[in-house]
Amino acid sequence: MKRHLMAYPYALWILIFIIVPLALILFYSVFSIDADGIHFTLENFKRVFEPIYLAVFFRSIKIAAISTIICLVLGYPMAMILAGKNLSKKSLLVVLFVIPMWMNFLARTYAWMTLLEKNGLIATIAEFFGIELPSLLYTENTVILGMVYNFLPFMVLPIYSVLVKIDKAVIEAAEDLGATPITVFRRIIFPLSLPGVSSGIIMVFMPALTTFVISRLLGGAHFTLIGNLIEQQFLTTMDWGFGSALSVVLMLMIMVSMGVAMRYEKENEGGGLW
Amino acid sequence: MVKTAVKRIYTFLIFSFLYAPIIVLIVFSFNESKSRAHWTGFTFKWYVEMFKDQQIMTSLYYTVTIALAASIIATILGTIAAIGIHYMKKLPKTIMTNLTYLPVLNPDIVTGISLMLLFILIKFPRGFFSMLLAHITFNLPYVILSVMPKLKQLDNHVYDAALDLGATPGYAFRKVILPQIAPGIFTGFLLAMTMSIDDFVISFFTTGPGVSNLAITIYSMARKGVSPKINAVLSILFAGVILMLLIINNRMSRDNGRKENAV
Repeated sequence: MKRHLMAYPYALWILIFIIVPLALILFYSVFSIDADGIHFTLENFKRVFEPIYLAVFFRSIKIAAISTIICLVLGYPMAMILAGKNLSKKSLLVVLFVIPMWMNFLARTYAWMTLLEKNGLIATIAEFFGIELPSLLYTENTVILGMVYNFLPFMVLPIYSVLVKIDKAVIEAAEDLGATPITVFRRIIFPLSLPGVSSGIIMVFMPALTTFVISRLLGGAHFTLIGNLIEQQFLTTMDWGFGSALSVVLMLMIMVSMGVAMRYEKENEGGGLW
Repeated sequence: MVKTAVKRIYTFLIFSFLYAPIIVLIVFSFNESKSRAHWTGFTFKWYVEMFKDQQIMTSLYYTVTIALAASIIATILGTIAAIGIHYMKKLPKTIMTNLTYLPVLNPDIVTGISLMLLFILIKFPRGFFSMLLAHITFNLPYVILSVMPKLKQLDNHVYDAALDLGATPGYAFRKVILPQIAPGIFTGFLLAMTMSIDDFVISFFTTGPGVSNLAITIYSMARKGVSPKINAVLSILFAGVILMLLIINNRMSRDNGRKENAV
């Protein structure tokens, strides 16, 4: 029996629902269609490099990078604590850590809106203590908070899964040879955990760079990231060409950052979440 | 001692950060008034009223039916595909595996928009079925990537032995291969379910008027204020998911116990 034939329906599925749609985006980014027919054009890509749109790109990269760094700084110690627990407690803590992710992503972001809004819970509590808070919602920091909140588990879990696999004997050997805890961390634990760190960075940076929901809900209607810009082109201004060009640039950015991260991930053994 | 205390406090702070919004969301589903900040008294009324709310019930219905249908179809199609890919020659196998990773790595917004363009161009009406097709598409990789490792662990000789002993290929598949890859299929199914229930971006772009899942409904309501009825639905959904996890976990540890006893 030719069992490899079983992959063909799926190959057809990929062709129709993955390859053709992506080809459509590529097509619209470089061809314009009007009454005279189809023309090749680079106009859409030129527009991407106009100052207002470049500013959006820089802002998105900046916010995604800040969120990723905060996730790393907060997440690494957390992963170490989780990995250090004895076995029965460990699995319980990891489960407890994952459970919030089972609440719908949009509901979690919305919940922050209710906490931070003008008459929200945090403002009410602050008022009770006689503190007048500035507007908490619709600022850049609120968007960063939302990203850190939503993506922190994506940083902690890959690092955790690498840390638990580190051979304790290596650490003990270093200690026997007189290494201080700081040296052990700097020379052994941290270098060995790098595959997890690079997976974590990818898994936080990518969704942070491409989201349009967090920025819309927590940043307000005028807070524009790449995601919002793309969404507008397809749903509001109906400029498919420009939207497609933006999508192509976004895909390229993701590929480049993946490529950079992969370099550090040569010997990654299960550093990813799956 | 100090070190342990610091670790405990840090763990506590991070966990409070992760749980605070969810706890507030659940607590305010029992709040008497519509306020999202002032506690005015305990009530179950939102849990009763949500059943009368046409919009909420419809989106709950679409969330659950699409998640179930998409994950079941993706599990069947994906398992067949994984077996097929497993027996391919090296080059097509590499190509297929890389293509499978594509939708996982591609930003959701690009996947959503590209599918939207496809549906518009082939004049496929956008609504329940376009959303279902989109969900199957992004679920497939999770099933395939869960089943593939199990196939790699298979001992092919057992299958050949079954054939030598007179089993038909179908019978040998059901009795020999399927039981061994079942845990991978199950994991893939669960992952697919989770991704489907949680999805907003791809659904948002591939659906049509009148068909929205819970995430889309919350998004459209968020600006003008979401009703506490939504809090009630989400609390129930959250409790349901945790319950499902507990049952699965319980069953799996029981199965493991049984295996150990048998040995």
